[in-house]
Amino acid sequence: MSELEAFRAEIRSWIEANCPEEMRKPVQDEGDICWGGRNFVFKNEGQKAWMEVCAAKGYTVPDWPVAYGGAGMSPAEAKVWREELARAGARPPLSSFGIWMLGPALLKFGTEEQKVLYLNQIARGEIRWCQGYSEPGSGSDLVSLQTFGEDKGDHWVVNGQKIWTSYADKADWIFCLVRTDKTNVYQGISFLLFDMTTPGVTTKPIKLISGASPFCETFFDNVVVPKHQIVGQLNRGWDVAKYLLGHEREMISGAGGGEQTSTIGKVLTRNGLDDPMLRAELAQFDIDALAFAACGEKFLDEIKVGRAHPAKPNMMKYAGTELNKRRHELLMAAGGSTALEWESEETRGGAPARSWLRTKANSIEGGTSEVMLNVVAKRILELPGA
Amino acid sequence: MPLYHTEDQAMLAESVTGFMADEGGIKKQLRHWRDTNCKDGFGHGLWKQFAEMGLTGMLAAEADGGLAMGHVEAGIVLAEIGRNLTPSPFLTTSVMGVTALKDASDELRGRWLPGIIAGETVLAMAIDEGAKHKPEKIACRAERAGNGFRLTGAKDFVIHGTSADAIIVAARTSGSDSDADGVTLFAVPKDAAGIGHNAVRLVDSSIASHVRFDGVELDGSAVIGEVDGGRAVLNKVLSAGRIGAAAEQTGVGAGAFAMTTGYLKTRKQFGKLIGEFQALQHRAAHLYSELEIAEAVVIKAQQLLDGGSERAELMVSVAKAKAARACNLAVREGVQMHGGVGMTDEYDIGLYMKRERALTEFMGDANYHAERVAQLSGY
Ligand SMILES: Cc1cc2nc3c(=O)[nH]c(=O)nc-3n(C[C@H](O)[C@H](O)[C@H](O)COP(=O)(O)OP(=O)(O)OC[C@H]3O[C@@H](n4cnc5c(N)ncnc54)[C@H](O)[C@@H]3O)c2cc1C
Repeated sequence: MSELEAFRAEIRSWIEANCPEEMRKPVQDEGDICWGGRNFVFKNEGQKAWMEVCAAKGYTVPDWPVAYGGAGMSPAEAKVWREELARAGARPPLSSFGIWMLGPALLKFGTEEQKVLYLNQIARGEIRWCQGYSEPGSGSDLVSLQTFGEDKGDHWVVNGQKIWTSYADKADWIFCLVRTDKTNVYQGISFLLFDMTTPGVTTKPIKLISGASPFCETFFDNVVVPKHQIVGQLNRGWDVAKYLLGHEREMISGAGGGEQTSTIGKVLTRNGLDDPMLRAELAQFDIDALAFAACGEKFLDEIKVGRAHPAKPNMMKYAGTELNKRRHELLMAAGGSTALEWESEETRGGAPARSWLRTKANSIEGGTSEVMLNVVAKRILELPGA
Repeated sequence: MPLYHTEDQAMLAESVTGFMADEGGIKKQLRHWRDTNCKDGFGHGLWKQFAEMGLTGMLAAEADGGLAMGHVEAGIVLAEIGRNLTPSPFLTTSVMGVTALKDASDELRGRWLPGIIAGETVLAMAIDEGAKHKPEKIACRAERAGNGFRLTGAKDFVIHGTSADAIIVAARTSGSDSDADGVTLFAVPKDAAGIGHNAVRLVDSSIASHVRFDGVELDGSAVIGEVDGGRAVLNKVLSAGRIGAAAEQTGVGAGAFAMTTGYLKTRKQFGKLIGEFQALQHRAAHLYSELEIAEAVVIKAQQLLDGGSERAELMVSVAKAKAARACNLAVREGVQMHGGVGMTDEYDIGLYMKRERALTEFMGDANYHAERVAQLSGY
């Protein structure tokens, strides 16, 4: 047996022995996700136990170094871990903006103290992070952001407003883009970290078309941020921000096995759906889903050995999110009038319709599809003037 | 296995890329044979060069003088063939033909493989009956006669039919037309009495034949595999042809795309390079995304096929359908974004469009494979 196969066997029996029954059911909606954090209310004992037993082994962030709370797995081992989780139908023990976004940025740009402190907190699910990028006047044109940090010697005083801050009302800390030089557009932004309980921080939830309100307006009124809470250099936060966006886009793309990579034809035709046109659309979708899954696998394989174009996450996000929207259009079509129900027991409180509406954000959040295409045109295709 | 080429495969790709661009280029091959009205539609000299490069026998077993490589390697060659629109009998001979011969007797392999490996022998595949690919139904019949068989029926879309030294024919030896069992594969030599050809030039300048078998006498040694048990061999041949065509299509798509982005960077209108227009940028970026996805699923299916995976058949159909759609988009956008010159024979972009159409039809179009994906997935 090769080393990797031995490793696979070990992981398989470990998951078998440690993953609670409740954690082996598919995630139905965002409410099933384990986000961690100071105030997180676990859905059940199993969810808590699964997060803790994984955190103890470093399996919440398997490919991070052991010193920062990971398991130090190689790319090949981390792939085995993901495959074995999927095989067992086990849910990820912990999901968070810390894992997907801030973690990779800290690994690249953080100081040693920052890495030890923040990464371990993320790995153990102790601190939940939110992302303070967008502002009312700065969405796609993010670099125009106005939230300002005034230099006060050993700290900044931050004033301004963010918007669309996902889970700002539930998060413990924020990673935030703040203008620290008004005379320089790109090189006048700093990447700051601060506690959401700092005096002067307030949040106001916004209700979505899905009925949920996972995101907020976030206001900063003379918020004091100590100087050591900057990531990267002063006024060079845009580099950190862009690097982080690459990871955010990779995550949203579903390249690592998001729902858009699984087929739906079989399930949706199970109850004798007699609609040849829909069946044909489902088959076309399944082709695109399986093809995208292969593309995601290839992308992750290439990224691990530095072969992927650095702008590739933009392409993956574009393709993956458009696919996911199509998926939910088909789920609604197959569900017929039942899928329209907003509050019934049969639909678990209107889950199909709510999820369908939620997916419309996929091609907006983290950068819109149009912006993704702009980036691909410019950085990958090198088209003029893009 | 990671979804990118190993070092050996990357080396192969490097040498094949150079070779095909130098020797198999559009002007030197496709346009030359088309404009001189060549009856084969490809050059035998180039086929010899394929042999010198070690490509003709790449799928054959080492014991048979081959290189025992797989579909990933064959796909590397086919992608370059696609990129350069290189006319050659590689797909029907070295990919599908050699796959069929793997199940053949020592005698048959000894008869055909050395010539193939030497770049002297060409094989054609006689599978389709009618204008659409539907190998589930085989009506062409081979009746037992004495120690052998007598073959009667018609086959269509037999690429290289008239240039082939032998035609591999899927025929019915028992049962009714749509039965899975009762199919047998034969290697029919070109000089067998009773073969009639109606050769036609196709839109992509390749030559295909409507072949008639009029009581062609074959002895038992022409049988590939088991009598009545040919479906299993046929399925392997089909998978090889489908993934091969898909690989070639990714090359066609990539070639058309490279021409198109090149044009976007040089053509000026309204005082700007047309590549500055966002409407075109977005379409180009979308197309790039589709081509990347197609390329990924093709290599995935090749690996599964080489590894003997249960999922190979499904993924080959996924790959064939996806490659067809992506490549079709590439050639349509390619012609459109070239404007008027895209419609001229002088520009190569139209040649890509023609080749794409032929490859899509070869071994099942996107709809055929979508239907198969549904069936193989259980709906
Ligand atoms: C569910 C959800 C969660 C989010 N979570 C967060 C979060 O946690 N933190 C955070 O900071 N932000 C978050 N966002 C905000 C998100 O990043 C922005 O909505 C996004 O960047 C788009 O900005 P905008 O909404 O201002 O749209 P706009 O930029 O105003 O775009 C409007 C339309 O114009 C198009 N457009 C804009 N510029 C161009 C151009 N150059 N070329 C072509 N078309 C263009 C866009 O594609 C879009 O279709 C979230 C958004 C959603 C929907």
